[in-house]
Parts: sequence; C-alpha cells; structure tokens
Amino acid sequence: MITIAGAGLAGLACAYELAQRGAKVTVYERGNTPGDSSVARFAGGMLAPWCERESAEEEVITLGSRTFGWWAKITPVHRRGTLVVAPARDRAELTRFGRRTSGHREVNSAEITGLEPALGGRFSQGLFFEQEAHLDPRRALRDLSAKVQEMGVEIRYSTPAPARVTLDCTGMAASLPGLRPVRGEMAVLHCPEVKISRTLRLLHPRMPLYLVPRGDGYFMIGGTMIESSSDRAITLRSLSELLNAAFTLHPAFAEASVVETGAGLRPAFPDNLPRLTEQGGTLFLNGLYRHGFLLAPAMAQQAADRLIPETTDENHRERQTA
Amino acid sequence: MQFYGTEIPSRLLLGTAQYPSPAVLAEAVKSSGTGTITVSLRRETADGSGAGFWETLRETGCRILPNTAGCHSVQEAVTTAHMARELFDTPWIKLEVIGHSDTLQPDVFGLVEAARILSDEGFQVFPYTTDDLVVGERLLEAGCEVLMPWGAPIGSGQGLRNPDALRAMRAHFPGVPLIVDAGIGRPSDAAMAMELGMDAVLLNTAVAKAGDPARMAAAMAQAIDAGRAGFAADPMERRDMAVPSTPVLGLAEFA
Repeated sequence: MITIAGAGLAGLACAYELAQRGAKVTVYERGNTPGDSSVARFAGGMLAPWCERESAEEEVITLGSRTFGWWAKITPVHRRGTLVVAPARDRAELTRFGRRTSGHREVNSAEITGLEPALGGRFSQGLFFEQEAHLDPRRALRDLSAKVQEMGVEIRYSTPAPARVTLDCTGMAASLPGLRPVRGEMAVLHCPEVKISRTLRLLHPRMPLYLVPRGDGYFMIGGTMIESSSDRAITLRSLSELLNAAFTLHPAFAEASVVETGAGLRPAFPDNLPRLTEQGGTLFLNGLYRHGFLLAPAMAQQAADRLIPETTDENHRERQTA
Repeated sequence: MQFYGTEIPSRLLLGTAQYPSPAVLAEAVKSSGTGTITVSLRRETADGSGAGFWETLRETGCRILPNTAGCHSVQEAVTTAHMARELFDTPWIKLEVIGHSDTLQPDVFGLVEAARILSDEGFQVFPYTTDDLVVGERLLEAGCEVLMPWGAPIGSGQGLRNPDALRAMRAHFPGVPLIVDAGIGRPSDAAMAMELGMDAVLLNTAVAKAGDPARMAAAMAQAIDAGRAGFAADPMERRDMAVPSTPVLGLAEFA
C-alpha cells in the first residue's frame, strides 16, 4: 500500500499515476475538500510552457509538453492559446519577450481583433502562442480527486498523515533543505461586459499581469512574485497594481466586481524547478513553484516510476518517449 | 578600494532583484567576482519572512549592502534602515528616498534629511543621489563618506545620460568614493563610468534581465576592470587633427 501526505495538486496527480499502475493508494489531507489547503487554489491554471520559458529553464518545455493530454483526460482544457500584448510605450518588453521565447507568432492589430474582438484597436502588436491552454484550477482539483476516487484511491479528509508516509506532497509544510516560499497574490473579477476567451498577458516592466478567463464573465488576474513567507491577505499596493493593469487591458474592467482576492505561498527550490527527493525513507515531490498545473503530470509520472519501476522494457521505452 | 574603512574586493557591486531564480542569481554573483551585493528590504519581508531567499544571499559569502528601495518618505527609509541593521547585522545602508514614482528619481531633500538622521545614529550611509554637486556637498555634510550618483533612471538601461556631470563630480569630490548607481545597460556603459574616474559601479537589471545573466555579469566585471585600468593609465587627450602614428621625418630615400 502506498500512502501519500497531502491531497493538493501534487498529491492527487501522484495518486492518479500510481493508481494507473495498479497500486492501492491512501491519501491523507488535513483540509476537508479537495485542494482545500493547497496553494494550487490560487493558481492561474495556465498550461503555458512556451511563455514560461521567458524566465524559466528549458525543463518547463520538456517536462510540460505532455501536460495538455494528461489534463484533458480529467478536466476541461481550453486550448485557445495565449495572447501577449504590451502598451505602446513598453513595446521593447514585447521584443524581449519574443526573443526569449519560441512557439509564437507576431500578430498585428487586425489579427488581435480577430482573436479577441474585445481588444479591438487597443493594441497594435502582440505575440500569439497558439499551442497553449488554460484550465480552471479549482474544478481541475475537484475533477482529479473524483477521478482518483473512482480508480479506488482512498482520500481521508481532515486526517493528519501518519508519521511516516511513502510519498510526501505537502508543499511548504514539508521542511526540505533549500525549499523556500514565494508569495503570490491574485484576484477574481466578475465582468460580464468583457468577452475574452483566452489567457492574456500584459507585459509591463514593473507589473506584468496575466488574466485567465474562468467563464460566465469571471476572470482571474495575477500574479505577484515576492520572496516572502508571509501569507497575509493581498497588500493594497499589489491589488492596486493588478487592478490598474487589468484596467489597461480593457477600460470596461473599471465596472468589474472584485469578487475574491487571495494570497498563497508557492514552494520553490533555488532553481525554481520541481524535485523528487528522498529523506528518511520517504519520497518528497515538492517545489512546483508557479508551474504546478504545467509540471505536476510529468513529476507525478517520475514519482510513480520511482515507486513502481516499470517491468517491461517496452513499457519503459514508451514512457521515455511519450 | 575602501568604503568606510572596509576593503572591498571588486569595483562591481551587484543587485539581487529580478533574477529568474536564486540559482541563476548565485551563478551571476559568482561569475561577476563581486564581493558586495545589495538586498532590498521591503515591508513585505521586513518581518524576516524573506529568510529563505536571504539564505541564498548569505551563501554567496558576499558582504551585504541592504537598501531602502521603494521608500518614498524619510520616515519609511529610516524605519527600513533600522530593520536592515537588525536583520543583516551591518551598519551599511544604501539609502534610497524616491521622489517620483514614474522616473524613480531620488527626492534629494528627503535624502539629505534621512542621511543626516541615519549618520547620527551610526549608520554608514551610501546615498543614491543625482549628479548634482550641491546635493553631493549636503550629503557629505550630513555625514556620508560615499556618494552614489545615478547614470540614468533605475532599471532604464540608458547608460550614462550626463557624463559631463559625472566628470564634474569626480573633479569636485576628489577624495570621495563615487559609485555610479542605476542606469547601466551594457558593459560599455560600465567601462565609460570607470574611465570617467568613478570608483565603482552598482548595477542590477542589466545582469538580471540579460538572456544569460552569468555571462553578462562576467562581461560587466571585465568592462569595469578595463575602464578602471584605462583611467589609471592616464589616457591621451583628444585632438581635432590627425597625427600620423609613424614618423614623418627621416623617411627612407629612394635614390
């Protein structure tokens, strides 16, 4: 039997991969709903390896490329691409972003209008990352927990994990050497007047913004990156910068309702890449940083490989190249 | 090279913000050969909650110069300096009092006031200032023994917007360590600052936002060494007319 501490994104993804391989799995979760105590609740849910490569290592692309198919089996994945724009005076940011990334094409004002009519005439230049996608993080956590339970995984809510587990996926609650918190802040807007159907990124030298549509007129905006372990509510400065940036994207956001704000601590290692480490007989999957939904599938597969080594060569080869 | 009686091993001072990851930052610090790094202390982290990140900085073995980046008032800057002294156990403080939120131009009046308060309390103040000579004099009167004039607005990468003003500063404050802080975009900008006789260069964004920060850090270090050596070697004067570099007299005669 395999025991997992934490029914957050990492814990549930590992449970799925292990159950796939026929293991009997029990997950312990201190919260009482799926992902209740998980920082993934505040995630954007962007599956955007090519955009992320701007400031992350190549692994986000190599590990992230199979995330789309993985999630599509579990929850709705909206493969509508990412549109990156910048205000006229920050055009240099767009040039830099384009130079540091791949998998995009330049789009002009008319093409931007074609993609997102609501932005018509507002931006004269942009980058379109056609292959990228987004999902709804909270729905994905719910769907994933339902899926693993269907597969026979037992999730024990409101139950602390036993002293020793097979796999620890408790994020910042795990004390691992080199693990540090990176605070992120977000808000949810309700603005039915604005119709936007894909992830937008607004480049700005001080306050870059991403906006992810959640459907029914809801939009998630984020996200700050602060080297801090404080999990207090969003600060006035961060919130006003986020809201200002949203207003720059579209003035109709001025009338939006701010229906939620949130702040969470992303666990990260010094290279900002996730790691599997072993300590005292327990395997730890941690450090998903801001790439949880993007990298959890690949890391869960690696964790499962460690715990249940593939038996046949053929299977092994398949997994290596999948 | 000494600041407040402390020998520093390199004339490059490196900022630690905006790197893609702490691992990349550590690599850049290493390849820059710097011995002094700046750390911004904000309210967000002032309670010690940035500890995970600071651990990375301590591991570099560099001397830490905490700064008051983002402070817009004397009171805010002084309070931040107090927190920095406690957290990093150093009397050094890079003092920033920002007067204008768009250009991040220093509020020189608040700067002089904060510098006086902190110097009186025993801090060793590194003031981020403009290239104005009178402000420089006031800062020295307030107790500063180092001046940090800007090259261009913070994070703009515009290089030295007013080299003549920096040259004038050098002439006006011959014995005072001058550090160009802010505005450096490329290695040539850093070399130029050193050729003007500046004692050191402090930069951050130019390295942090480069495609290969470690390589840019090394390039900056080389440029600073070259610029300093060029200044020390007493360069020739500019001339308006050409002077052949081979002798004109005594040319071979072909009979």
